[in-house]
Amino acid sequence: MKNRITDVFASGKKNILSVYYTAGFPTLNSTVAIAEALEKGGADIIEIGIPYSDPVADGPTIQESNKIALDNGINLPMILEQVKTIRKTVKLPIILMGYVNPVIQYGIEKFAKDASAAGVDGVILPDLPMDAFLEEYKPVFDAVNLSNTFLISPTTSEERIRRIDAVTEGFIYAVSASSITGAKADFAGPQLQYFDKLKQMKLKNPFLIGFGISNNATFATASSYGAGAIVGSAFINVLKASTNISADAQAFATSLKTKA
Amino acid sequence: MKYTVNEKGYYGKFGGAFIPEMLYPNVEELRTRYLDIIYEAGFQKEFQKLLRDYVGRPTPLYLAKRLSEKYNTNIYLKREDLCHTGAHKVNNTIGQILLARRLGKQKIIAETGAGQHGVATATVCALMGMECVVYMGKIDMERQRPNVERMRILGATVVPALSGSMTLKDATNEAMRHWINNPTDTHYIIGSVVGPHPYPDMVARFQSVISEEMKKQLQEEIGNPFPDYVFACVGGGSNAAGAFYHFLNDEHVTLVAAEAAGHGVDSGESAATTALGKPGVLHGSKTILMQTDDGQVVEPYSISAGLDYPGIGPQHAHLFDVGRAKFVSITDEEAMNAGIELSRSEGIIPAIESAHALAAMNKFTFEKDDVVVVNLSGRGDKDLETYIRWGKY
Repeated sequence: MKNRITDVFASGKKNILSVYYTAGFPTLNSTVAIAEALEKGGADIIEIGIPYSDPVADGPTIQESNKIALDNGINLPMILEQVKTIRKTVKLPIILMGYVNPVIQYGIEKFAKDASAAGVDGVILPDLPMDAFLEEYKPVFDAVNLSNTFLISPTTSEERIRRIDAVTEGFIYAVSASSITGAKADFAGPQLQYFDKLKQMKLKNPFLIGFGISNNATFATASSYGAGAIVGSAFINVLKASTNISADAQAFATSLKTKA
Repeated sequence: MKYTVNEKGYYGKFGGAFIPEMLYPNVEELRTRYLDIIYEAGFQKEFQKLLRDYVGRPTPLYLAKRLSEKYNTNIYLKREDLCHTGAHKVNNTIGQILLARRLGKQKIIAETGAGQHGVATATVCALMGMECVVYMGKIDMERQRPNVERMRILGATVVPALSGSMTLKDATNEAMRHWINNPTDTHYIIGSVVGPHPYPDMVARFQSVISEEMKKQLQEEIGNPFPDYVFACVGGGSNAAGAFYHFLNDEHVTLVAAEAAGHGVDSGESAATTALGKPGVLHGSKTILMQTDDGQVVEPYSISAGLDYPGIGPQHAHLFDVGRAKFVSITDEEAMNAGIELSRSEGIIPAIESAHALAAMNKFTFEKDDVVVVNLSGRGDKDLETYIRWGKY
């Protein structure tokens, strides 16, 4: 498979910064401006959340952004239109992250086709199990060059990590702790041991560390083990408090990438 | 066997385990071990003894004479309302807490809507001396205050679910999040036949004691273990799953599931999942789900907090899909009338959930020699305030 995601990792780039935000939050049409600002600020991958009524893997920050976005009237067809607009200017890989039910309702094949046509490069669906993925999703994703990313956590067995690695083309999302999403202050010893174990496993896919990345220091630590890191809740908090979304989004990406 | 779960965790096209990877080790541990644990002789001995001495099983199968006269048939009530804690829910919590101990877990979490499952969980945690946290929607806590206090008296911590619509589905979300955050020392006792595989099958097995007893009792009473009809209400569907379990392959037994139509199926205020829902994924399994065209889960409504759930268990979705069970929609009014009718004719005030099953009999025409069993899943004490507000008695 070859798409903007595989290209970024193939380039050998270090400290890859992937930034998550929720489509339709804080306002219905802020999705496009945020993507443009993140690219200017130096982000390497953009993850756009598809809001869902029941986001079980998410902490309060992302739950709230989902709810506000849904109240703003966002839906999946609108998100695909926003991605089309983003693609007119933005070159970065774009990933859609959400829960499986809205994708099922949209239609799996139609989703893959429309997402790819809009300029999406990859998908993260945390509640999509591997067996269902291999049976129903992988063939249609492969046909349109959509990468699928699985999550792994500190409780994922080595055997299962290897299986996930084998069916992944793009990258693996290493959840930093046994937890839902949310910004935390710092990493503890067991987390660093887990990152180190992943590094030593020499997987065929690169991994990005996510959950609990909140600032320049945690980003730098995570990036020293994996190919880079993913930040979500901390950015949502910035957007929530912001009065100038474009300027603050750009500054946020820049601040994470700037060596402390 | 075509109505029970297959080796992949599916009932036809429904079921599975749609869970975040963070929950995979827990659910996988359960999946690989639950059958060995619950059919081990020592487990069964302890389970059966508690069901007898603590829960009060077997529950009676009672021939409701005056109700039978009214319908001109033979109506038996399976008296789950006489279980300790007032409903069938405790059959499952006893089973799961024994399982949790054998898995080496020290802490228990649960979700609850009306509070019946929360009370049943708090009860067995007190019995076993285990720490108990129950998630309950903030709105449900306000409408079911006595059950909140019952749980607290029993030593449980009741945590308000403040997300989403602050009712049962959100309490379930919060319990799942708690489990993600505490994966090693905690067991999640799901209260219905919902959730990722193996929960729907495991809970159905613990509740299957209901139909097991029905068969024995009918054999003794009428010399034939098979009724013509079994009626049960369905929110998530655990009492129905237990009442149907041992009749699934006996196609001559008509299985009837009563769903809550609230103010009417088309009123916009209803919980009639099969009438209004479409296939989708909620709380870890593929099932039939009330949702918008865009796949957002819709908040249901019923006068009965125990039926106020936007999905049904995946086995029920399958039984509906292949036509093995008949699903009927019962409005608030039909259920309340049936509850008052049973109170007047038999001296039994039923839970409003169970009143939906009673009301469903009105949608059928019985023969004089038919044998009809209604699973009276719970008693009405918890619903007194609703009965009083309803007022028409």
